[in-house]
Order: sequence, then structure tokens, then C-alpha cells
Amino acid sequence: MRILVCVKRVPAVGSRINVTADGQQVDTAHLGFTTSPHEECAVEEAVQITERLGGGDHTVAVLTLGPEESAEQLRYAASVGGSELALVAAPGGLDWDPQRTAAAITAAVAELEASGGEFDLILFGNESADGGNFQVGIRVAYALGRPIVNGIKGIDVNGSGIVARRETDAGYEVYELETPCALGVKEGINLPRYPTMKGRLSSRKAQVAELDCAEDAAEGGQARRRLHRPPERASTTVMLGDSAAAAPAVVDLLDELGVL
Amino acid sequence: MSSVAVLIDHDRGVPPGGALEALTAARRLAAELDVPVNAVILGDSELFATHGAELFAACASYGAAGVHCGRHSLLADYGPDAWGAALAAFVEAAQPAAVIAAGTDRGAEAMAQLAARTDLPLVANCVSVSSASDPWQITRIQWGGSLLEDVTLSSSLPLLTIAPHSVEAEPVPDGAADIETVDFAPDLGPEAERTLVRNRVTLTEGITLSTSPVVVSGGRGVGSAEGFAALEDLAELLGGRVGCSRAVTNNGWRSHADQVGQTGTRIAPEIYIACGISGAIQHWVGAMGSKNILAINIDPEANMVTKAGYAVIADLHAVVPAISDEIRRRRDRPLD
Ligand SMILES: Cc1cc2nc3c(=O)[nH]c(=O)nc-3n(C[C@H](O)[C@H](O)[C@H](O)COP(=O)(O)OP(=O)(O)OC[C@H]3O[C@@H](n4cnc5c(N)ncnc54)[C@H](O)[C@@H]3O)c2cc1C
Ligand SMILES: Nc1ncnc2c1ncn2[C@@H]1O[C@H](COP(=O)(O)O)[C@@H](O)[C@H]1O
Repeated sequence: MRILVCVKRVPAVGSRINVTADGQQVDTAHLGFTTSPHEECAVEEAVQITERLGGGDHTVAVLTLGPEESAEQLRYAASVGGSELALVAAPGGLDWDPQRTAAAITAAVAELEASGGEFDLILFGNESADGGNFQVGIRVAYALGRPIVNGIKGIDVNGSGIVARRETDAGYEVYELETPCALGVKEGINLPRYPTMKGRLSSRKAQVAELDCAEDAAEGGQARRRLHRPPERASTTVMLGDSAAAAPAVVDLLDELGVL
Repeated sequence: MSSVAVLIDHDRGVPPGGALEALTAARRLAAELDVPVNAVILGDSELFATHGAELFAACASYGAAGVHCGRHSLLADYGPDAWGAALAAFVEAAQPAAVIAAGTDRGAEAMAQLAARTDLPLVANCVSVSSASDPWQITRIQWGGSLLEDVTLSSSLPLLTIAPHSVEAEPVPDGAADIETVDFAPDLGPEAERTLVRNRVTLTEGITLSTSPVVVSGGRGVGSAEGFAALEDLAELLGGRVGCSRAVTNNGWRSHADQVGQTGTRIAPEIYIACGISGAIQHWVGAMGSKNILAINIDPEANMVTKAGYAVIADLHAVVPAISDEIRRRRDRPLD
């Protein structure tokens, strides 16, 4: 089985998100970068599927669209089991609109398939951590003529069939898809492994293929004007104590709120 | 006549609250555009026979003038391809002025399927929409609500999803008017069958993390899976549920089903008791819907502490059992 996972580089924000003065981007001056948890789980799931199938011919390719530095996220994926790495160059491209992003990724998938063969399964995150557009994977899958279901928290592969479980409030729904197909994965589907030292070392030497097929992707109809923080709830914290002796005050509060 | 169309993201006839929020948001936009609001409901004949009247009444109470009923045997249950194709057929036939859905799992997915099929832009998780100027001015959420993005939308047919809980569902003030229903029969090809719900499994009944009136959550500060026993005890005494941070699920101390936050569950309890949680922004967005927050933390500077309404600055391993003991003491010997 040949699997592709699409991951996006996003800033690792801490206790608050700062925006650059021009309102165009998250201020990343003092931040590292990471992959969205959904996508990290998608990589892990792909690796686990190939492991269950017995490794060998079963491979995991990883693709990202973004600036040069996005190679860091590809190498991380390689350190936990990804093999073929593809960087779709998009100068300043962390903030492309979802239509343009999808068009570029669709073109890149076509290019990777032309040289390396069809992907039986393409995994996306349920939504990107920053943009949260809930649509790039669906647009790509549709353009490629493949079925896709989002919100997936369980995948079983049997032959050319895939059983996917989607979480609901009360439990889950079951979908059955034929390959080739795509799925949008949610965190919680698995517990991603940490890279081993060996994995980390070999990922440094892994080849990253650079694709320039994003150039033709046209801008979509949604354009950013400004990023800003929502108004913060003004809060003064009432201190109930600095030891276990605060318990009666806490229980008074619970009583007052009617939850005792 | 043109209308603002609202997809009702029902589950086998049960309308979720999100659809009522979307209808409420659509009313404001429709007034601006001077067109009516029409609901779009997808189902098979049986669904309309058993749930139609109830669904139509709900739509009317929240301001829909009409309902477009998309009927097809493949619409007996949900399926992203079936819903996407049916919506595309609706748009083609009815030429609405805009299409709106709630930003729920189904609403977001069906709208993305529609957007893919029509190659139109889709603005997800909007909190405010103004059609007063061309292009439209829209504010949407990013980072699960930690950040807002003002965007412009240039499109022949605006497609939008409404961020959950950004609008309070309000019935029309002067009572529901009569509602007109119109059927349409989308021509669904074999692709609609690729992604239908085949089976359902129910795991939990009763209160869930998202509906619990009390949530007692633990973070890295709890230190181990065993450390959660004291939190379980307190939650049980209060009839609540235990939640946790991502540091905890990443360590395998608890299941991801308990995780509160951007990539976990959004909660809205009467009180959230956050023990040993620093309050990273991705955790905070899941907890900020809580009516009251009590932070228990050894660090007075922790974000969770400075944002909480109440705090105890001490070791959670001492404080949490002391709270449970105090509750038991009062219950055993009620004050008169
Ligand atoms: C895209 C993205 C999405 C994410 N989604 C989520 C999400 O959904 N939910 C989520 O939780 N996180 C999420 N995260 C992770 C988030 O950024 C934080 O890493 C995480 O919330 C930290 O968990 P924590 O507060 O338990 O740990 P820490 O940040 O390590 O905080 C531990 C706290 O415990 C306190 N403490 C230690 N010992 C004690 C003690 N004995 N008594 C009392 N206090 C003590 C410390 O003072 C500290 O404040 C996400 C991250 C990204 C990048
Ligand atoms: N720049 C990108 N590079 C690679 N994959 C992406 C990119 N943007 C979005 N995706 C994928 O599409 C999913 C949905 O993104 P979105 O529609 O922005 O919420 C993400 O979880 C990723 O798997």
C-alpha cells in the first residue's frame, strides 16, 4: 500500500498569540514551529498501517506546501517512519487561501503519482491548526476523483477496502471506502510515537524532493485583511488560599454555584 | 425568488442546535440582502414522513419562510458525497443568494463538498458577516477561536459556515409564520454511494464531557495516570466528569476522549476545576466557555491562574483530596 500524508507547518504558540504590526501574520519572532496534532496523528496512523501490513513495499510519503523551512516538518515525519518527502514550494505560503492551497496540493499529488505510482490512501488532518478551514483535504480528494470522509478516529484496512470510524457525540459512525480514497484524521486516533535517536539521525540525511507546481495555483475568493486577537475577558482572580487549608473556601464556592 | 439558504445538518431527523444558530445568523444576512431565509433539508421519503413536520416547525420558529426538501433514497442517512451532490443540485436549480451551515462536523463537511463541486470559495467558521459592501466583509475564527481573521469574500455565490456558539439561537419574536415546502429530487450518481454511513455504534449515554455541569481536569502537574484517582473522586462527588490537557493524553495517562481544547472537546460547565494545567492557548479555547474557573496550581503566574476567576496556589496533590474530604465532612454532618 502506498500512503500519502499532507502536513502543514504551523507556529507553536504558547499562552497567547501575537500578531505582527501589519496584522498579516502570527508574530513568530520567538516561536518554534510544529505540525498540527491531527496531522501528526495522520503520519503515525499511516506508519502503523504499513507496519500492520508487514512493511516492505508499503510506504508512507509526506507532503507539505509552504516555505523552505517546512522541510523541518517533513524531516520530523521521516524520523517517525515517513520515507518519501515532498516540499511544494510556496514562498511565504503558510497563509495561502484554501482554494489555492488545494489546487497546488492537487497538482503536486498528480506529479508524485506520475513518477511513483498511485496513492491508495491519502491522509489529511481534520483541519489545519492555524487556518482551520475544514476543506483543503476535501477539495483535493474531489479534484482527484476520490472519496473522502473527515473526522476519522479509526482506520482498518482489509484488501482494497477501508473501514473508517468517525466520532460522534454518542459513539461513532462507520464508513466503508474503496481505495484509492482519502480520509481526514483527528487527534486521538492513536498516540504518536517519539522519534528514536536513529530515526532522528537518518531523517537528517533524507532526501526532500522540491516541487514547483504551486506556481500555477490561482488565488481563491477569500482574501485576508487582518488578523487580530479577540477581546479578552477582563479577569481578576480571587485567591482562595495557598495550601490545603483552602478546601473549606473552595467548598463554599461550589455550594454558592449550586454544584455541591 | 432568491434566498439565503441554510443547510439543516440534522442527524436522521434530529436537528442539532447548530442549525438553529445558523438560521438565526442567516436571518440577519437575509434582512441585509432583503431576501427570505429558506432551509434545505436532505432525506428520504421515510425521513420526511416521520420527522418532516417537526423539522419544518423548528425551521419556521427560527425564521425560515420556506423549506427545500431534497428527497432521494440515498439520503436516508448521512453521507458526505450524497449531501455534497444534493447541495450542488439544489444550488444549480434554486440559485440562492448565499448558502450557510453550522460549522459542525457535518455542516463543515457538506459545505466543503459543495465548495469542491462548484469550485467556489467557502469561508469557514464565520463570527460576523456583512454584505453591505462588495466584496463581503467577514470575520472568522482561526486557531480554534484564539485568533480572529478579517477576510473579504469575492464570489458569485457566498458559501459560509457559522462558528459554533458565536451566535445565540433565537426564535423569531412574533411566532412562526406558515412555512412553504418545495421538493427537489437530486440526481445522485454512484459517487454518492461511496461514503454513506454504514453502521453506528453508541458508546456513551447520559452526560458527556461537553455537557457535564462540573469538569475536574488534570494536566502535567498531576504527574501520573494513578494521580488522577483523586480527581476522579472529586468529580464523582460533584456528579461531574474528568478532563485533561494534551500533555496528559500524550503521556498516555488518559484517553484522548477526555482532552479539553482546540483538538479535544469544548466544554461549558458551571465550574471548571483545572489542576496542574498551565493554560496554553490551545487548552484555553476549549475551556473558555466555562461559566466559572478554579485553577489549582503551584505557579501564581500560570496563564490558567491569571485567567481564572478563582485560584488556589498550592500542590494539587494536597488540595484536591482536602476538597473531597471537606465535601464528605459537610455531607456527613450537615450544618444546621
Ligand atoms: C495545534 C495545537 C493544538 C493543541 N491542542 C490542545 C488541546 O486540545 N488541549 C490541550 O490541553 N493542549 C493542546 N495543545 C498543547 C498545548 O499547547 C500545551 O502543550 C498543553 O496544553 C500543556 O499541557 P499542561 O498544561 O498539562 O502542561 P504544562 O504546560 O507543562 O503545565 C503544567 C502545569 O502544572 C503546574 N504544576 C506542576 N506540578 C504541580 C503540582 N504538584 N500542583 C499544582 N500544579 C502543578 C505547573 O505550574 C504548570 O502550570 C495543542 C498544541 C498545538 C500546537
Ligand atoms: N500548506 C499545507 N500543506 C500541506 N497540507 C495542508 C496544507 N494546508 C492544509 N493542508 C492539509 O489539509 C488539511 C485541512 O486543512 P484546512 O482546510 O486548512 O483546515 C490539513 O489538516 C492538512 O492535512
